[in-house]
Amino acid sequence: MQKTQNVFDEMNGEAGDVRYPYQEYQKWLETEDPARLHRKSAASEAFFRRTGITFNVYGREEAAERLIPFDIVPRVISGREWARLERGIEQRVRAINAFLHDIYHRQEILRAGRIPRELIANNEAFLPQMIGVSPPGGVYTHIVGTDLVRTGEDDFYVLEDNARTPSGVSYMLENRETMLHMFPELFAKVKVRSVSDYPKSLRRSLGDCAPPACEGKPVVAVLTPGIHNSAYFEHSFLADQMGAELVEGHDLRVVDGRIAMRTTRGYDPIDVLYRRVDDDFLDPLTFNPQSQLGVAGIMDVYRAGGITIANAPGTGIADDKAIYSYIPDIVEFYTGEKAMLKNVPTWRCAEPDALAYVLDNLEELVVKEVHGSGGYGMLVGPAASKREISKFRTKLKAKPGNYIAQPTLALSTCPILTKKGLAPRHVDLRPFVLVSPRRIDITPGGLTRVALKAGSLVVNSSQGGGTKDTWVLEE
Amino acid sequence: MLGKTAGGLFWMFRFLERSENTARLLDAGFRIALTRSTAAENEWASVVATAGVTQPYTDKYDQYVARHVIDFLLRDKTNPSSVWSVIDAARNNARMVRTALTREVWEATNECWITLKDLLSSPISERDLPEVLGTIRQQSALVRGALHGTMLRNDIFDFARLGTFLERADNTARILDVKYYVLLPSASFVGSSLDNVQWESILRSVSAQRAFRWLNPGEINPMSIAEFIILDRRLPRSLVFCYSKIVDNLGYLEEDYGLRLDCHEMAVPILKRLKESSINSIFDEGLHEFLSAFIRDNMALGQQVEQDYRFIG
Repeated sequence: MQKTQNVFDEMNGEAGDVRYPYQEYQKWLETEDPARLHRKSAASEAFFRRTGITFNVYGREEAAERLIPFDIVPRVISGREWARLERGIEQRVRAINAFLHDIYHRQEILRAGRIPRELIANNEAFLPQMIGVSPPGGVYTHIVGTDLVRTGEDDFYVLEDNARTPSGVSYMLENRETMLHMFPELFAKVKVRSVSDYPKSLRRSLGDCAPPACEGKPVVAVLTPGIHNSAYFEHSFLADQMGAELVEGHDLRVVDGRIAMRTTRGYDPIDVLYRRVDDDFLDPLTFNPQSQLGVAGIMDVYRAGGITIANAPGTGIADDKAIYSYIPDIVEFYTGEKAMLKNVPTWRCAEPDALAYVLDNLEELVVKEVHGSGGYGMLVGPAASKREISKFRTKLKAKPGNYIAQPTLALSTCPILTKKGLAPRHVDLRPFVLVSPRRIDITPGGLTRVALKAGSLVVNSSQGGGTKDTWVLEE
Repeated sequence: MLGKTAGGLFWMFRFLERSENTARLLDAGFRIALTRSTAAENEWASVVATAGVTQPYTDKYDQYVARHVIDFLLRDKTNPSSVWSVIDAARNNARMVRTALTREVWEATNECWITLKDLLSSPISERDLPEVLGTIRQQSALVRGALHGTMLRNDIFDFARLGTFLERADNTARILDVKYYVLLPSASFVGSSLDNVQWESILRSVSAQRAFRWLNPGEINPMSIAEFIILDRRLPRSLVFCYSKIVDNLGYLEEDYGLRLDCHEMAVPILKRLKESSINSIFDEGLHEFLSAFIRDNMALGQQVEQDYRFIG
């Protein structure tokens, strides 16, 4: 197996010995016929295609549906490692919810001078329409996907707190299904914590946040932009798994102060709307007037306690890349504790000193758009050509406040199966967190995304990345 | 159930039914063209007419030749009724209503789409046509099998079946209507050798040639063929059979929802009229007039169902 220098490999460590969490897997692997592994790999692809687990790529006319490549080598995390991550994630998510409540109410954190006022006031992700609104149950971020990267045995960093509508959980679930289907014997040998309760927990968690107007058992629906959305598969998958209706904007309207869906028997009220539509499209009367994806008047119903919107509108202010660098302060401010999970050191290009440093070191840094996602519009310095860097320099100088920069982290690697056998590739991890008034549930593991090209650090599925099943060992 | 979901199911199964019917039409047309080259052009024209796409076809082509007709009816994306167009539309509907389908039905539909996408990616030669048509029929049979084997018998199933039988009734009526002149009793019928191949083709278009022969051994005449296809309650593609099913499924919905709607009031008399008709009374009225009225009523019923169950807002 080839080895990249100074990169922590989660299977082989730095010393090249198989690390503890992978030992059982390694034993199994040694007895496996490589040809069988390749057959299984091909079979898993056929399985995904037949099941229709696809995502749509924007900006392509034909063959818009693609499979996210799936790698059959699991990514393994020990129970002890996970327990630590879990505590850190929970702390962070609690702080984010406290921050959101505060920022839309008394703004104590601004009064205390811990975050510059202009960072909030001038931020598109801050929704003035949410000022003074208290979401049912006090929960803002019902679903969070905390992106983590690892650089060493004990070094985990939070890359992003996805507090709007994080996607990918259906892949986490289907990846496990696929592995169980392909390698049942492996799961008899290695005790892996189950992820299959996620849809049930999601349903319960959303139900626990039912609005005051709810009578009886909460009716949950998933709001999708429609079959052409890149994550449509996931929307229908989650609705199906939860036993909830999958609705689009034109199925909904306001009826007697409630949001109701058009059924074959008439209009039925919805209590909790798990929306996979961005804030801006939620209500043409309040936000983007052109939107066909939302429901006219839903914000009024929301403010009057007629419906729960998950996640709450305006949560984007918490996962904004400009706010990101303040999260350790946010954690401390609201919990009184030091943040357990580290942030990646971040230069805010809005600050002149930081900008100067970033411009001098573009070749070494990762520069991201403050409002970007999906790996679009970012510069990975070490992988970029001179020309790309100089073009980016112009963009950055024109609107420095639009960007933050971070060092290029030596992301850990995990082996994938290639034609030539196992080879290390860089990975990240997105655990999924469910927040209800009573509890925070974190599914053991999450979605591991993997760059398929040797040396590449870009793991986004929209940029050709793949996924792996993620195991947390039962210990 | 969402109105949109009911509509999605209804159309998904209409489209699947249509793909199968188009395949069957082509099969019957191809057989005539093979055996009687002089009648080929007429036969292809009637196939195109039965599929209801004469206008878009003649916009594109000047002549009715096998190669063009096959391509137009199987693969042409500009023809909204081509097999590929309807399979693609069926799958899009299936994606839209996926939460209402069992995994088996979804996977069968997806598999059907994947198979036909591959199969219809390049022009089909006459040599390969029988095999391709066989695959189309087989794929849609797999979806139907999954539907019957795994779905709950509830409103979801009722809407799927309503789509199937409204489409099928329309298709059967069109086949007869396009060929009605072949079936009309005329002077030339007595003692002359009427066009057996044409009759055969009508039966073949509704997969009924063997059933007909089995039920009417040694005897074949146009009136009995028309009677069989319109009025025989045992033939799953006959008009009376389709309407029995439509009335049944609407009845289940009525019972289930506790609501009698306009579509119920419309469907029952259509079935009643079919049941009370004899082939003689139909011919007295005029076969073409009878079928035209039926096609109109059938279309109106489809629209009423759409409205009564709020398929669109």
